[in-house]
Amino acid sequence: MVAETEITRVEAQDTILVRKSESLWQDAWRRLLRNRAAMVGGVIILLLFFTAIFAPLIAPKGYADQVLMDNNKVPPWIVRLFPTMAPYAKISLEYPLGADYVGRDILSRMVYGARVSLAVALIGPILSILIGVTFGSISGYLGGRTDNMMMGLVDVLYGFPTLLFIILLMAFFRGTLSKLEPGTLAYSISALDAKMGGLLFIFIGIGVTAWETMARLTRGQVLSVRGRDYIDAARTIGATNSRIMSKHILPNIMGPLIVAETLAIPAYIATEAFLSFIGLGVNPPTPSWGIMISDGSQQLRTYPNQALFPALALAITMFAFNFLGDGLRDALDPRMRGTS
Amino acid sequence: MPQYIIRRMFRNGIVILLITLITFLLMHSVPGGPFDAEKALPKEIIANLNARYHLDEPLSKQFVFYLYDVLIPRFSSTTPGVSLQDDFLITIKVGDKLWFKWMNFGPSYTSKSRTVNDIIKQQLPISIQLGLLALMVAMAIGIPLGILAALKQNTFWDYVGMSLAIFGVSVPVIILGPILIWVFGVSLKLLPPTGWGAKPPYLLGVLPTQIGWSYWRFALMPMIALGLGSSAILARLTRASLLQVVREDYIRTARAKGLRERTVITRHAMKNSLIPVITVLGPMFAGLVTGTFVTELIFGIPGMGRYFVTSITNRDYPVIMGTILLYAVMLVMANLVVDIVYGFLDPRIRYT
Repeated sequence: MVAETEITRVEAQDTILVRKSESLWQDAWRRLLRNRAAMVGGVIILLLFFTAIFAPLIAPKGYADQVLMDNNKVPPWIVRLFPTMAPYAKISLEYPLGADYVGRDILSRMVYGARVSLAVALIGPILSILIGVTFGSISGYLGGRTDNMMMGLVDVLYGFPTLLFIILLMAFFRGTLSKLEPGTLAYSISALDAKMGGLLFIFIGIGVTAWETMARLTRGQVLSVRGRDYIDAARTIGATNSRIMSKHILPNIMGPLIVAETLAIPAYIATEAFLSFIGLGVNPPTPSWGIMISDGSQQLRTYPNQALFPALALAITMFAFNFLGDGLRDALDPRMRGTS
Repeated sequence: MPQYIIRRMFRNGIVILLITLITFLLMHSVPGGPFDAEKALPKEIIANLNARYHLDEPLSKQFVFYLYDVLIPRFSSTTPGVSLQDDFLITIKVGDKLWFKWMNFGPSYTSKSRTVNDIIKQQLPISIQLGLLALMVAMAIGIPLGILAALKQNTFWDYVGMSLAIFGVSVPVIILGPILIWVFGVSLKLLPPTGWGAKPPYLLGVLPTQIGWSYWRFALMPMIALGLGSSAILARLTRASLLQVVREDYIRTARAKGLRERTVITRHAMKNSLIPVITVLGPMFAGLVTGTFVTELIFGIPGMGRYFVTSITNRDYPVIMGTILLYAVMLVMANLVVDIVYGFLDPRIRYT
């Protein structure tokens, strides 16, 4: 008796409890927010953005202001940190992290150096995705002979040791600077690069070498998605190739592409740091953490603070991007969907 | 399988040719030759130097000459080691007064007494030693760490292992190198900060002859600095792969049969989980080889990397070309070997 009335009561209310259906992106975002390491990484990156954008307001001095008399000065807390410096260190309270070998403030140069690293972290993936995804999706979608040729080109470039190629390119770009006639295209490009502090050629160098992996990945993804039924359905109702690619294929393959690219960002930052380290990167006096580490390494025995702080900044930045990339990968992993 | 190898070698050959062509064009399209930088030589001397090194001939001719010198082996009866022009990388005596010679990379424009072949013979083995040592470090640290982290998932060992892995990936050599130098070389004074412990002649042309403490004290810091990043990648990959493998049905069957856990892991899970790790070894070797450039600069190791960077600024074309050619060959060969090994390991792959 009681059961019947209860059943009728439930039917009368007619409420059905159903979990709100989520798209892949909402699910991924929720899982990402729960990943503490990824959130820490994200916060650090945001702070970095903030520092880079508001660098002139944050840095106590300009990045090129040098007072030669003040070279290698250190504040007292650094002498406490590295007691071996005590006999010869010149104390000054003006430079929070010390001054480098020509008297520039290390803290200010680090703050401006964040701009370089973040620029590379932003432009690198943009170039890589623009070129690589376009190339790979066309190649994968068209298939056949075109696919073979395009992937053949990628294979050739893949065989090139990346770092050597970038070094070669940088030497090529830099070498042309002093010997060009004003008015030619090459001269204006070099002038633009000089105004950007040497960044343009680094972007070009990274862009030329980074797109291959993205192209291969995209092509693989496109190939796996191409045979699905909804693609055929779209074709039967008359969708053009470009529409199919942009509206049906690309949104479905974006997950792994984003993850791969985010995880490649530390490599771009490290590449720029290394290029600056060997002198083929940004032009002095533009500060880059790589140049600062290189200069500081010369004085490693006497003034380790000059190399230590930019190295810390570089390491923390790369940690942050790695955490974020790992978090993204875990969040977008379809096998873990709906769990936790 | 043999057809696959032949096809791949053919393809690799084309790749290497194209790489040589691109490098050649890039270098020669920068205005200015190798003799312009120095203390403003009079024009006649520059013209003479250019003529001697064939730099005034059309580019296509120069390229063909270069390819002929490098690629075509020849037999000759002139004693090697007598003339600088006649210096080849590979010289094998095949009879009385008859030598098999191959690969002449040309003279070095900056060094008057050494040809590129000499430079390669003396310095490439050091780079290869460093690369191999770093690879050993990467595999010795990375794979066990990954296995441990996977077997004890979500416990202390997993977190420690993966934290170390993230550390290894995030701290590039230009940071780790100076830190290691400062800690062990400057503060504790345990290891020498620069230098290398091996001198020619080398075993098989590559390996050092005496391996004692005098060798390891120079090699320890660079190989750890270089290998740690790769070991982190291997650790993460091994962990992910093993985690996936132990969830498979055949592992469940093995456990259901009553096998000890250790047998299950070592006999069934391990081989299959190592397959993706093997595939990544090819590109990883490439990364290590380019990483030796960085490491050599930081630790002052007299390998090819340091020489390469200085030869770029000095416009020493033959050294640049030779280095890039050699490294490209090594990389494509390493990739080919990895693919073949992968074909053996995974019977689902059929190379037609």
